[in-house]
Amino acid sequence: MRHNGSYSASPRIGLIEWLPWLLGVAAFFYLPEYLSLGARILVYILYALSVDLVVGYAGIVTLGHSAFFGLGAYAAGILSAKVGVTDPMLQMLVAIASCALLGAATGALILRTRGLTLLMLTLAIAAILLEVANKATSITGGADGLSGITVAPIFGLFRFDLFGKTAYWMCLVVLFICWWITRRIIYSPFGASLVGIRENHVRMASIGSPVSMRLLTAYTLSAMLAGVAGALLTQTNQFVGLNVLSFESAGELLVMLILGGVGRIYGAFVGPIVYMIAQDQLAKQFPEYWSLGIGVLLVAIVLFARGGLLGIVDLVVAHAKRGKSAFAGKEAP
Amino acid sequence: MKSRTAFKIGLGLVASVLAMSATAQTVKIGFISTYSGPMASLGEEMERAVKLYMKLNGDKLPAGVKVELVARDDGGPNPDKGKQLAQELIVRDHVNFLAGVVWTPSAIAIAPLVTEAKVPFIVMNAGGSVITTLSPYIVRTSFTLWQAAYPMGQWAAKKYKRAYIAVSDFAPGHDSEAAFEKGFVTGGGEIVGRVRMPVSNPDFIPFMQRAKDAKPDIVFSFIPGGVQSTQIMKAFGDLGLAKAGVKFVGTGDIVSDEELPNMGDAPLGAVTAHHYSTAGDRPANKAFLAAWHKEYGAKATPNFLSVASYDGMDAIYTAIREQNGKIDPDQTIAILKNYKNPNSPRGPIAIDPETRDIIQNEYIRETRRVNGEMANVEIETIPDAKDYWKVFNGKK
Repeated sequence: MRHNGSYSASPRIGLIEWLPWLLGVAAFFYLPEYLSLGARILVYILYALSVDLVVGYAGIVTLGHSAFFGLGAYAAGILSAKVGVTDPMLQMLVAIASCALLGAATGALILRTRGLTLLMLTLAIAAILLEVANKATSITGGADGLSGITVAPIFGLFRFDLFGKTAYWMCLVVLFICWWITRRIIYSPFGASLVGIRENHVRMASIGSPVSMRLLTAYTLSAMLAGVAGALLTQTNQFVGLNVLSFESAGELLVMLILGGVGRIYGAFVGPIVYMIAQDQLAKQFPEYWSLGIGVLLVAIVLFARGGLLGIVDLVVAHAKRGKSAFAGKEAP
Repeated sequence: MKSRTAFKIGLGLVASVLAMSATAQTVKIGFISTYSGPMASLGEEMERAVKLYMKLNGDKLPAGVKVELVARDDGGPNPDKGKQLAQELIVRDHVNFLAGVVWTPSAIAIAPLVTEAKVPFIVMNAGGSVITTLSPYIVRTSFTLWQAAYPMGQWAAKKYKRAYIAVSDFAPGHDSEAAFEKGFVTGGGEIVGRVRMPVSNPDFIPFMQRAKDAKPDIVFSFIPGGVQSTQIMKAFGDLGLAKAGVKFVGTGDIVSDEELPNMGDAPLGAVTAHHYSTAGDRPANKAFLAAWHKEYGAKATPNFLSVASYDGMDAIYTAIREQNGKIDPDQTIAILKNYKNPNSPRGPIAIDPETRDIIQNEYIRETRRVNGEMANVEIETIPDAKDYWKVFNGKK
């Protein structure tokens, strides 16, 4: 399952890859009371996908992707609450455009550095945005959050309802489109060169790959994806709080990604699903102590499954295969 | 014959099951509060009050009616989380009431949901004035910052001339700043400087230093309470503002009762306006404290959040009783609009039928040492205080 960047991996969409989408559609019919949680999980999958593209594939270690997630969320929110643009598609486009701008501008600056310096710079950008949102109370609502957001029905037909039906479909469709695009990127020669840069950027440069341009492109694309996720969150919640820009939410997302497995497109799917359902159920059972449960889960993953949950699946599959071949070896005289 | 008897028995069974389900009513209360993060103590104070009320007043429910509390944690001032929890409580758990909510931003975010879903929402802490104007289904049993800060300003203007304002930077902070300023300036005082502090702020030293540098007669503060009370009080004491002749005044949250034992001598002489002090000399308060200590131990102290939650539960129980357990949202609001309790631990309270906000006594209190313990001693009473923001602006 783990795509290692070689051209031997088939870019065709395998049968099993349709399974998540089937489950997604089935969830709509079988879990009608969980649709708003479902919509939020879908948003976080998209957000995780965007982070996976830079962290897992391009090897750009970032803790500041909340900057783009938050910018997307605030762009859509401000457009609705302050400018009066209620069309969801238009909000989405503006969110993508502003994230592309910020991604390209900051990427051009910070991608010249690597390692810890880069990590600190990404953090700094998110921190600056958080402070701007906190202080510009007249535009963003500050710590009170931005309320009064209205989102017009999609295509004038589907109203965002209390039960989250419309929001769920919207998130599912948008996630599908973004997944398809991301998958195309990852399996393209461009994606392969990203993995090459992750593994050895000096060698990639010496064989003539435009390393910094590739990184900047990947970073900007990822910023746009995060912006889409942010705008979706605004539209499903019809509210934006400072939370979307906070360091905690960026850290939480990284935790989800590690839980699922970094550098594999479906790690971004598994992580948020497991994390958010666990959180939902634990918070329901133990409103006072739920964070303890999450902590134990994480410690267990870090101790016993470094490749995340999908890493465990890989291990099991590999083990089964090895068992078989050992058996075959015995059979042979 | 046999089949007919069986049929009769079956019919009887069905009828009795139907009858049972008709009498066994469960009223669900969705309760949102803060149980984790730096402000977790606030949620505990509220939940303890709610559970204590439920334990002591089970017999006040109509026969066959049960109350179920569905508690959720918002982890602090996270309005998006609060809104999401409220949505889930309404859609998934089908709650009859929403209650709790520490934070004004969360209450503001939840308001459109309760309007759409028609769920009565009893605000048990959040004190931003605007909240009750946002939905006809919101009733508040706590307080508003205008209620406390405006009389505080009036009182202070009689004794002092120069004030410095340092408040938390969110809606209730802005409310208390405006309210204090109006009371103080119309009384002839002057504001010599102001600063807004981050909501989740662990360090008040820089802000208190700025206050000291402005050389005021008094510093006025509002903060969300909890452990922040001790932090701001210690900052005030450590920088020697009291020694420099500066008086600390504020809303009651800067000297929250349960935090007083952690503050040392720093709060001595601080004057605050609030609706509840554990030192309040009323029989109802004595009984409340006795019940609290019996349930949670002699060291446990309730505070203003506890009292608002306790009274909020009483309001909910009144609505349940008058409808015999069958909750109709509009009927509930009609009942709650006329809710009165002459014997709350904080004194007489009532819901204003026009605004669905609380009317209560405000007390000017001075923090003194009484029998070796710190206490907020009530020195003046402003009876039947309404939310002044609504009074001055004609809001409903």
